[in-house]
Amino acid sequence: MLRVQNVGVRFGGIIALDDVTFDVPTGKIVGLIGPNGAGKTTLFNCLSRLYECGSGDILFNGESLLRIPRHRVAAVGIGRTFQNLALFRTMTVLDNVMVGSHSRTGTGFFLNALRLPVVGREEQMTHEKAMLLIRFLDLESVAQARVADLPFGQQKRVELARALASEPKLLLLDEPASGLNHEEVGTLGKVIREIRDRLKLTVLLVEHHMSLVMSISDRVVALNFGRKIAEGTPAEVQQHPELIQAYLGGGA
Amino acid sequence: MNKRVLAGYTVLLLIACALPFVVSEYRTFQFTLVLIYSIALLGLNILTGFNGQISLGHGAFYAIGAYCAAILMDKAGIPYWATIPAAGAVCLVAGFLFGLPALRLEGLYLALATFALGVSLPQLLKYHHLEEWTGGVQGIVITKPDAPEFLTGLGVALNQDQWLYFFTLAVTIVMFLLAWNLLRGRIGRAMMAIRDNHVAAEAMGVDNSMVKSLTFGVSAMFTGIAGALGAIAVQFVAPDSFNIFLSITFLIGIVIGGLSSISGALYGALFIQFVPNIADEISKAAPWAIFGLFLLGFIYLMPMGVAGAIRMGLARLTRKVHNKQAEKP
Ligand SMILES: Nc1ncnc2c1ncn2[C@@H]1O[C@H](COP(=O)(O)OP(=O)(O)O)[C@@H](O)[C@H]1O
Ligand SMILES: [Mg+2]
Repeated sequence: MLRVQNVGVRFGGIIALDDVTFDVPTGKIVGLIGPNGAGKTTLFNCLSRLYECGSGDILFNGESLLRIPRHRVAAVGIGRTFQNLALFRTMTVLDNVMVGSHSRTGTGFFLNALRLPVVGREEQMTHEKAMLLIRFLDLESVAQARVADLPFGQQKRVELARALASEPKLLLLDEPASGLNHEEVGTLGKVIREIRDRLKLTVLLVEHHMSLVMSISDRVVALNFGRKIAEGTPAEVQQHPELIQAYLGGGA
Repeated sequence: MNKRVLAGYTVLLLIACALPFVVSEYRTFQFTLVLIYSIALLGLNILTGFNGQISLGHGAFYAIGAYCAAILMDKAGIPYWATIPAAGAVCLVAGFLFGLPALRLEGLYLALATFALGVSLPQLLKYHHLEEWTGGVQGIVITKPDAPEFLTGLGVALNQDQWLYFFTLAVTIVMFLLAWNLLRGRIGRAMMAIRDNHVAAEAMGVDNSMVKSLTFGVSAMFTGIAGALGAIAVQFVAPDSFNIFLSITFLIGIVIGGLSSISGALYGALFIQFVPNIADEISKAAPWAIFGLFLLGFIYLMPMGVAGAIRMGLARLTRKVHNKQAEKP
């Protein structure tokens, strides 16, 4: 599904990604781990075309992503959430999720201004789909609330619902568990699995919460200082000496 | 839309229709201007309130619309009503073209670029090679339209001011409906998404550049149509009627009326039409000081604009009613 090929990114003197190569197979959950500053978010930003790759290529279903503009990424089937929440804060939960469907709908200024019947039908479908996701993520009671007024955990779920509204084939989750309490993390693991199974998605998951990553991932890729240091099943990666060292520091 | 809201709009429409029969001709003219300003403010609010692009130069589009109407009537003999869509089309294109390079600018830089447009346009209108069209410093005088004959045939006698009021009212209703449609659907959500978080908007598939420049065009179209109506109502265009102060007045109007509120455009228009007059009546010596006081008072009492204050008031009222009903056995 996704092939990251020798990708390199630098910011001035900092090498954020250095010759990173790995695959994300269709239908699997792949965990991407590594200490802070390892380059995980940078990789996500390359996938959603926010950053230019200095070298290498990214293939999605065999086609290079580097040739398409940013706003087309959602349409080809890649949805994402952001590490530090990027919601439309003054808009309602429902409107946030409905914006998620933007790439799956097509009426423009002219049709909307005249509100021709095609617009009404499209709106109704968008609305129904959004409500389905809102119910699925247990946000029904706050559907009409302004996102900025919600607690952090709910905001994170709004972002997930918004990403799902674009009907992605590949879902990128950047630290979905950060800031959640113990119970919420447990639910999140179940939700991610359920999404994968029910919606037949592929998931690339960045997470520091080791027990979560190791329990739901089919494969794990570990980065450190922009380089891939390990890759394999959760059990294999956990045994990897370089990873243990990266996480526990020199002496371990 | 529920029944109560519909009833509210019907009452509002009835009042609007009765107005020119109960107030003087001069007041009717003033209310015509209120309607015209409300279209202009709606245009600016679409851009600034809903899409987050600041414009300090929207007076320029008002001026372009006004001159379009005046030149078409004066030089080409086109009937007044046909100049409205023409002015809208010209401003749509002008706004879109201005919006394209403005994509690179954000926040205060965009404010400066639009300010540049606002200050330079009146002087361009005086440019002597264009004088043949624009009438130079003198401007263009146009005649006020009479009520159409079929109305007189139907036994409805309207004077010029009353007719122009109803004509403007019809255009205003159409423009508000178009704006309401645009803003409550897919495109409106995309505009607001860009305003709230442009990175996330693009990640959701919104073509930011396209939506922003088209929004600029639509915004200019609304303000241009207002300008054309304004020229017909005032029967005169001249460069100095469209100085930078007009642009700033529009900005004041949308903030006082309520940013990103459709009805706010109407409240803002009432403010910019009547508060300067009231200030003038209170003190001939220092009307601007009085105007400034009004401005501060409004900002202090209604930080979310008049529309925001009304929304909060209504919410409180419905809550009270609900509580009362809950108390009943
Ligand atoms: N926009 C940017 N400009 C400069 N440096 C950046 C930028 N984004 C990330 N970096 C740098 O790239 C490295 C990797 O960061 P990041 O991808 O955010 O790490 P992670 O998500 O794994 O914690 C860090 O050293 C960070 O400072
Ligand atoms: Mg990160």
